[in-house]
Amino acid sequence: MAAALELDRVSKTYGSMRAVEDVSLTIAPGERVALIGASGSGKSTLIRMASGLALADAGAGPARVTSFGVAVQEGGRLARDVRKARRQIGLVFQQFALVGRLSVLTNVAVGALGRMGRLRGTLGLFNEDERRTALAALAEVGISAHVAKKARELSGGQQQRVAIARALVQGARLVLADEPIASLDPKSAKRVMDTLVTMSRDHGIALVVSLHQVDYATLYFDRVVAMNAGRIVFDGPSAKITPAFLTELYGASAEELILPSQFSVPASADAADAPKSQTVS
Amino acid sequence: MLTSDAAHRSAVLAAPAPPVTPIGTRLIRLAIAALCVVVLVYSWHEAEMNPAQLLRDAGNMATLGADFLRPDFSEWEVYALNMIETLAIAIWGTLLAVIVGIPFGILSADNVVPRFVAFPIRRVMDACRAINELVFALIFIAAVGLGPFAGVLALWIHTTGVIAKLFSEAVEAIDPAPVEGIRGTGGTWLQEIVYGVLPQVLPLWISYALYRFESNVRSATVLGIVGGGGIGMTFNETMRGFLYSQASAILIIVILTVSALDMISQNIRKRFI
Repeated sequence: MAAALELDRVSKTYGSMRAVEDVSLTIAPGERVALIGASGSGKSTLIRMASGLALADAGAGPARVTSFGVAVQEGGRLARDVRKARRQIGLVFQQFALVGRLSVLTNVAVGALGRMGRLRGTLGLFNEDERRTALAALAEVGISAHVAKKARELSGGQQQRVAIARALVQGARLVLADEPIASLDPKSAKRVMDTLVTMSRDHGIALVVSLHQVDYATLYFDRVVAMNAGRIVFDGPSAKITPAFLTELYGASAEELILPSQFSVPASADAADAPKSQTVS
Repeated sequence: MLTSDAAHRSAVLAAPAPPVTPIGTRLIRLAIAALCVVVLVYSWHEAEMNPAQLLRDAGNMATLGADFLRPDFSEWEVYALNMIETLAIAIWGTLLAVIVGIPFGILSADNVVPRFVAFPIRRVMDACRAINELVFALIFIAAVGLGPFAGVLALWIHTTGVIAKLFSEAVEAIDPAPVEGIRGTGGTWLQEIVYGVLPQVLPLWISYALYRFESNVRSATVLGIVGGGGIGMTFNETMRGFLYSQASAILIIVILTVSALDMISQNIRKRFI
């Protein structure tokens, strides 16, 4: 079976800054991988290229991205079938990326757009079946109580779980989550990570999660890919990831990855599921 | 505390000398001032300014003022019907502009279409906006004849340019993340617009459209004066017939209607922002 995700020598330069440099990576179907690295190490760019939201530089290697054998991009151009590829890739962003003014249900139902007729999808005429699928997905991530609310009325952790429900409705076989817990409090962060991993396990969905801090990576994942300055510097079992090893990999900048352990933050956790007063979407 | 004379003098001497404006700069300033005077004097003659005329025709002014203070509402039904015609012109001029302005607004927003699409459309919209609706009215009167339809067409073209610009600016200010969320599900470009862009810009769009409707009611009144139908036409006729009391009644009706509409639309707009 084709790999859930295959990056073949992709690079990305923003101006004079090399965000990702000649990276190749293969994720097997159903595999769960943590992508770690300090801010600016290229994690987000890598994930954006994997979903075709960012184009790899042309000319440096084949610059090819495929997902389950369907091309996402190659040689600095989006593939013709990119929408087909995207349908099987669910995305979860750091800043939630829901449409704040639309209801939670609609935000999840749009996951079905790829399977609907173009006109019906554009007009938002979701049928009974699609609605049921959306409700079931929301129940699975524990948001059933809020389906009619506007997405922006939900807390950050809840919005993140809505995004996961959208990936479920999409029927995604690979979920890419870019720093999904970076703007969440510890309790919500744990809940979101649990939801992601449970989803992956129950549905056999491959999962790539980029994380700013290491403790979650070692706790939830068997395989860890570590990036530094746009390159992959380690790809192996999470058991090998120790503070000493990180210092060896990153030198002084390892501090950023190790220090503020989210687990040790004392419980301000009561506020975890309260709606945020400030909207992010 | 008092300072002695001697101390004061030494302080003055120690202070740096005030800067002297160089002679060249002073000459240039003088020339600019002289030029301003010449322009003012010349335009006074060109505009045939003649304050004496105001005094000489004081009798006329008095009649006009007196008649305006006695508004004559005896034909108010006619004025009301004409006012409604003006509103109708504004309604259709605005509505057609919104309908056409939505696609043009989206297609001239840099963040949703490539620049080679946005650039030409923006230039066309600039042209629509650059020409005043009065000028369009004169053109359409020549094309379709005197009357309200010419007024609708004039407002439509000009307002389309304005609406497209305002709408596209709203689109350019959106948060791109929700759009990427839709793109990530494999949605089409149109679906990205419908689910990612429209929900974000709709409140602003509604507010802009209502605001343009308000100002179009004012414009539609003026359009009547050049023959674009509605209350402006009637006002023009009464003024030409020296029927100042009736003109006054018409003005009062216009002022009341426009103020009422402004208040209503302001209230609606508040709800959406």
